[in-house]
Amino acid sequence: MSGERAGAARDGGGAASSVPLGSAPAMIVPAIDVRNVTVHYGDVLALDNVSLSLAPGRIYGLIGMNGSGKSTLFKTITGMLRPDRGTVALAGQQPALARKAGAVGYVPQSEDVDWAFPLSVRDVVMMGRYGHMGISRRPKAADKAAVAAALARVELTDLADRQIGQLSGGQKKRAFVARGIAQGATILLLDEPFAGVDKRSEGTITTLLRELAAEGATVLVSTHDLNALPKLADEAILLMRTVLLQSTPAEVLKPENLARAFGLDVTAGDAA
Amino acid sequence: MNPLDFLLEPLSYDFMVRALATSVTAAIVCAVLSCWLVLVGWSLMGDAVSHAVLPGVVLAYVVGAPFAVGAVIFGFLAVALIGIVRNTSRIKEDAAIGIVFTTLFALGIVLISITPSQTDLNHIIFGNLLGVSWADLAQVLILGAITLTILLVKRRDFTLYAFDATHAHAIGLNPKVLGAALLGLLALTAVVALQAVGVVLVVALLIIPGATAYLLTDRFSRMLVIAPAMSALAAVTGLYLSYYLDTASGGMIVLVEGCIFALVYLFSPTQGVIGKRLGARKRQRMLAAQ
Repeated sequence: MSGERAGAARDGGGAASSVPLGSAPAMIVPAIDVRNVTVHYGDVLALDNVSLSLAPGRIYGLIGMNGSGKSTLFKTITGMLRPDRGTVALAGQQPALARKAGAVGYVPQSEDVDWAFPLSVRDVVMMGRYGHMGISRRPKAADKAAVAAALARVELTDLADRQIGQLSGGQKKRAFVARGIAQGATILLLDEPFAGVDKRSEGTITTLLRELAAEGATVLVSTHDLNALPKLADEAILLMRTVLLQSTPAEVLKPENLARAFGLDVTAGDAA
Repeated sequence: MNPLDFLLEPLSYDFMVRALATSVTAAIVCAVLSCWLVLVGWSLMGDAVSHAVLPGVVLAYVVGAPFAVGAVIFGFLAVALIGIVRNTSRIKEDAAIGIVFTTLFALGIVLISITPSQTDLNHIIFGNLLGVSWADLAQVLILGAITLTILLVKRRDFTLYAFDATHAHAIGLNPKVLGAALLGLLALTAVVALQAVGVVLVVALLIIPGATAYLLTDRFSRMLVIAPAMSALAAVTGLYLSYYLDTASGGMIVLVEGCIFALVYLFSPTQGVIGKRLGARKRQRMLAAQ
């Protein structure tokens, strides 16, 4: 990862001035730099001139209604979608290069995963290493060690040989976070990680994400759980096809701000 | 008759040796591919592509090109047409698949009817295992080896594609290329299996082994062993049965495949309708004994 950082520093500088809150030093290159991105699905406008600048080492909560473009934003960052207009830079690099280097880790929404798929927890975590492997993706000692370390990190070592669907809701999320850790991802995207997860597991995952952020990872979490936002995130992003507000969770959670994204009669807590 | 003679007697005929080699090769290649097809949810697509290659094979025969070339072209044509109908009209995917593959299949039948040397081509539809020539066998072996090699070397990528295409994007792989490769291999496999069981029954070899293995294990790596082993066993058993019972060889192989699936469906220790209950009762008894 250090190589990417070095590469990132070269063409950095100017972009960093847009880092919000002034908390990050001015020379730090944003980990995710989205500029004027517009995405259409056919005639439907999904993202309208979105600009975001996310600093390394911080957790960002992404909130917005269903259809506000959260998934579209994730797809644009993971490379599933090409924006019609605008640019994305990841870890200061062309997005394709950053992805190839393994910078982007992704934790899918529960409903997007086939939990009956015949893979063990270890198999899933090993998929994080594929970008570092040869053509047939045969794991080497270093890959196995990285997977073992990632499993230990998320405390799933004992369950590593279970079929992936035989984990609890929280354990499933941790398995996918472990995949990102084994990958060496510096950018971690989590799509609704707390849906169907009990409060205790939510706490465990939050602690894990805070540790990863403290080590320099940039974490972007889309969530409906507004109550948990202040504990989880350093900053919150309010999305409604465009970025309405990027600020502290406390500021974003003010009723008058939420009303802009969710409609007037919605109070914090059950905005989903 | 002693058991050894029972097994060896059919092999004294060259045509039976060729039939055995062809059907086992086709069974193994189809079975390996079927592991992904059942997990991606492409069973119907397998049905469609295996039927839609028919006009391609006939046209390849007419112009003297390798069957595989015509099959792959029409395989992709079918998938493209299905995508176009689904995406640009209110017709749902299952209907789009049904419309496209039956139309292409019908085109194949019409082409056969206007092409001289009809006997030869009609075998494509129902298979003609006992009439396989050495040249046919060589083609099946070469195509089978190519397909199997690609599938096994790239097996982890195909599994990643089937399980989590978004992650494939996120680490810079191209899932569209992987999906297209899987479809191309599907068309090649259809050609391999045409000789054995014919266009109509290829889909059985492309679905049943993977589905059977899926009911027996929670590990994809084990599915890749169980499915071809089960399918090869079915091919050998079906061929011998057809020899001694004097029945259609392709049909017999598929019948055996179906019977094995039925047994596994009922008695698989973890997933079987009856086996699951038996296992649970056994565990209860063991607990009670303690």
